[in-house]
Amino acid sequence: MTDLQTRSQSDVAETDVEAREAAAKAADYEHGWSSDIETEFAEKGLTEDTVRFISGKKNEPEWMLEWRLKAFRLWQTMEEPDWAKVGYPKIDYQDAYYYAAPKKKIELGSLDELDPEIKRIYDKLGIPLGEQEVLAGVKGAKKVAVDAVFDSVSVATSFREELLRAGVIFLSISEAIREYPDLVRKWLGRIVPVRDNYFAALNCAVFSDGTFVYVPEGVRCPMELSTYFRINAENTGQFERTLIIAEKGSYVSYLEGCTAPMRDENQLHAAVVELVAMDDAEIKYSTVQNWYPGNADGVGGIYNFVTKRALCQGDRSKVSWTQVETGSAVTWKYPSCVLNGEDSVGEFYSVAVTNNFQQADTGTKMIHNGKNSRSTIISKGISAGKSSNTYRGLVRVGPTASNVRNFTQCDSLLLGDQCGAHTVPYIEVKNPSAQIEHEATTSKISDEQLFYAMQRGLGEEEAVALIVNGFAKDVLKELPMEFAVEAQKLLAISLEGSVG
Amino acid sequence: MLEITNLHATVGGPDKPTPILKGLTLHVPAGEIHAIMGPNGAGKSTLANVLGGKPGYEVTAGSVTFNGQDLLALDPHERAAAGLFLGFQYPVEIPGVSNVQFLREALNSQRRQRGEEPLSGGEFLKLAKDKAALLQMDMDMLKRQVNVGFSGGEKKRAEMVQMGILNPAFAVLDETDSGLDIDALRIVGAGINSIMRSPDKAVLLITHYQRLLDVVRPDKVSVLADGRIVETGGPELALRLEAEGYDTVMADG
Repeated sequence: MTDLQTRSQSDVAETDVEAREAAAKAADYEHGWSSDIETEFAEKGLTEDTVRFISGKKNEPEWMLEWRLKAFRLWQTMEEPDWAKVGYPKIDYQDAYYYAAPKKKIELGSLDELDPEIKRIYDKLGIPLGEQEVLAGVKGAKKVAVDAVFDSVSVATSFREELLRAGVIFLSISEAIREYPDLVRKWLGRIVPVRDNYFAALNCAVFSDGTFVYVPEGVRCPMELSTYFRINAENTGQFERTLIIAEKGSYVSYLEGCTAPMRDENQLHAAVVELVAMDDAEIKYSTVQNWYPGNADGVGGIYNFVTKRALCQGDRSKVSWTQVETGSAVTWKYPSCVLNGEDSVGEFYSVAVTNNFQQADTGTKMIHNGKNSRSTIISKGISAGKSSNTYRGLVRVGPTASNVRNFTQCDSLLLGDQCGAHTVPYIEVKNPSAQIEHEATTSKISDEQLFYAMQRGLGEEEAVALIVNGFAKDVLKELPMEFAVEAQKLLAISLEGSVG
Repeated sequence: MLEITNLHATVGGPDKPTPILKGLTLHVPAGEIHAIMGPNGAGKSTLANVLGGKPGYEVTAGSVTFNGQDLLALDPHERAAAGLFLGFQYPVEIPGVSNVQFLREALNSQRRQRGEEPLSGGEFLKLAKDKAALLQMDMDMLKRQVNVGFSGGEKKRAEMVQMGILNPAFAVLDETDSGLDIDALRIVGAGINSIMRSPDKAVLLITHYQRLLDVVRPDKVSVLADGRIVETGGPELALRLEAEGYDTVMADG
């Protein structure tokens, strides 16, 4: 195990003023607005009654309530983890709301019927127009299904019928619990067990909504599925729950993108995502995360404690995680693959950007149990301002998993001299036939590169954006087209004011 | 077009500034290709970098006027948009960024600064193809990452393709001929002629060798030594330098 650490601190006093000025400029957060949709809260605090309230609101069957209560009791006995390289004030879990929903529950046949206020927000977010084109009847427009999660409750689900014709079930998790209880029961909590970790247990107790996808045997999902999460109500923890099941020989690509309005209060987010892929199935899961990172002084911002795990259960199954993480004040996230199937494949492509006072501790776990299973990890960390960016990754090879291969590449790019980049790889190999490769680099954007790009006509921020996008290209090219463009813009926005 | 008057510049930061340019005066009118020659350490590259606006160089006295504008008051990208191109002695690698992407963004950024419409992808590709053909550069090379894995000669040719695409009014070419074999030298020289030889353009051509000047025939040749222009003449001055060396010519001067 190695621990490569890079941190430089010089001229702190001198650059402090500059950094603050630059940061103040960057604080004009693009998506820093809020909406006026009325919210119905559960009472502040977390007790069994809160859990019952949420379950009741969702019209859940008895078994679900029991499952939640069991999780809640377990959570009460657990300790919040502190091993990540992040620091934040102690969270008072009794001083937060655990359920907020739009007052009017709207069921829509199409996005045209969407509440104009929500529609306005989505427009402001620049949500890809693909959906709108399809809705307007534009021929040849690429179909992207949207299960819009607004303040915890799905308010619009489109294209459900076309998906159903293909046999694909794409529902909010609450609906799935009611309509497909057997499927949900079979897998919920099987990939990420209730007792897996503190935040996962919390999620099990109070998850408000999320997405359920079921792709039957041999079906290639006819469109990219996408969900936009938003956190809107002040002081409301968000606990999304996602479950995707890909049966034998099926394929699905799922996109998840998020942004949140500007708030002073810290907002806790603890999602759980479970994926399972059977023989020859493939799941591609892409995330662009742009939650409010706090202002230039490090005040506010989302706390993002996410548990994402995929079970490559079947032989020759494959799961790819691609993530672009630009937001949140604190990120704690390790999308992982448990490679049980023979010849199964796990991939993790990540760009994590931190600026100002953001802290990210993110990476992956590749657990090789199947023979000939393979994994690839490409992590690109970009640190600016006074932020801290840590890659933490585990590659484990079980004793019976022969001929396992892993390739890991972790690159860090530093902007300025007050940020930190850390690479913490853990490698545990119990089978001697494994081939494990790990490469790591740390570099700074050089003055030569900046001057060269500026001499050709690019402004300083354009030059930084170009160089950073080049650095992250190996990951960005893994994203579906609609997301790649948005992600490039996000990288540039996230680093505004970080140089000069 | 470019008027450099009594220019003094230092490098090394405020702690221990080292004077490099010590009262350099040079006027280059439109339509002129002006070669700058001189011994190592005379300040040739410093001159190029100061004109480009590279951080780390401090102008302590003097002025530079470009088409009537105070060049030294502009940021590097504003100088580029105003029409100044700097051909780098050591072109810089930008991993993960293709030449096409780099140049399209650079050109459109210049155009925006000048209040012009940006070029579409198609328009830009056509322009890039034309200029690459001029320099006998394969379009595949333009799709590769900026200067990554390029040989010395390829980098210099790529610089010239960049110049062709950006189409500047004034080019400062810093030892563009270094690292080129005879064939590449001829191609690059022909490129400079076709891109920059024009009544409304001008070039400052920094070089050590006559062989580039055989292809790109300069209108004027100046000798830069110890931070000043010590002699200016016609093309014959370069031939004398080549034959007799800097010491003799400067002693005569």
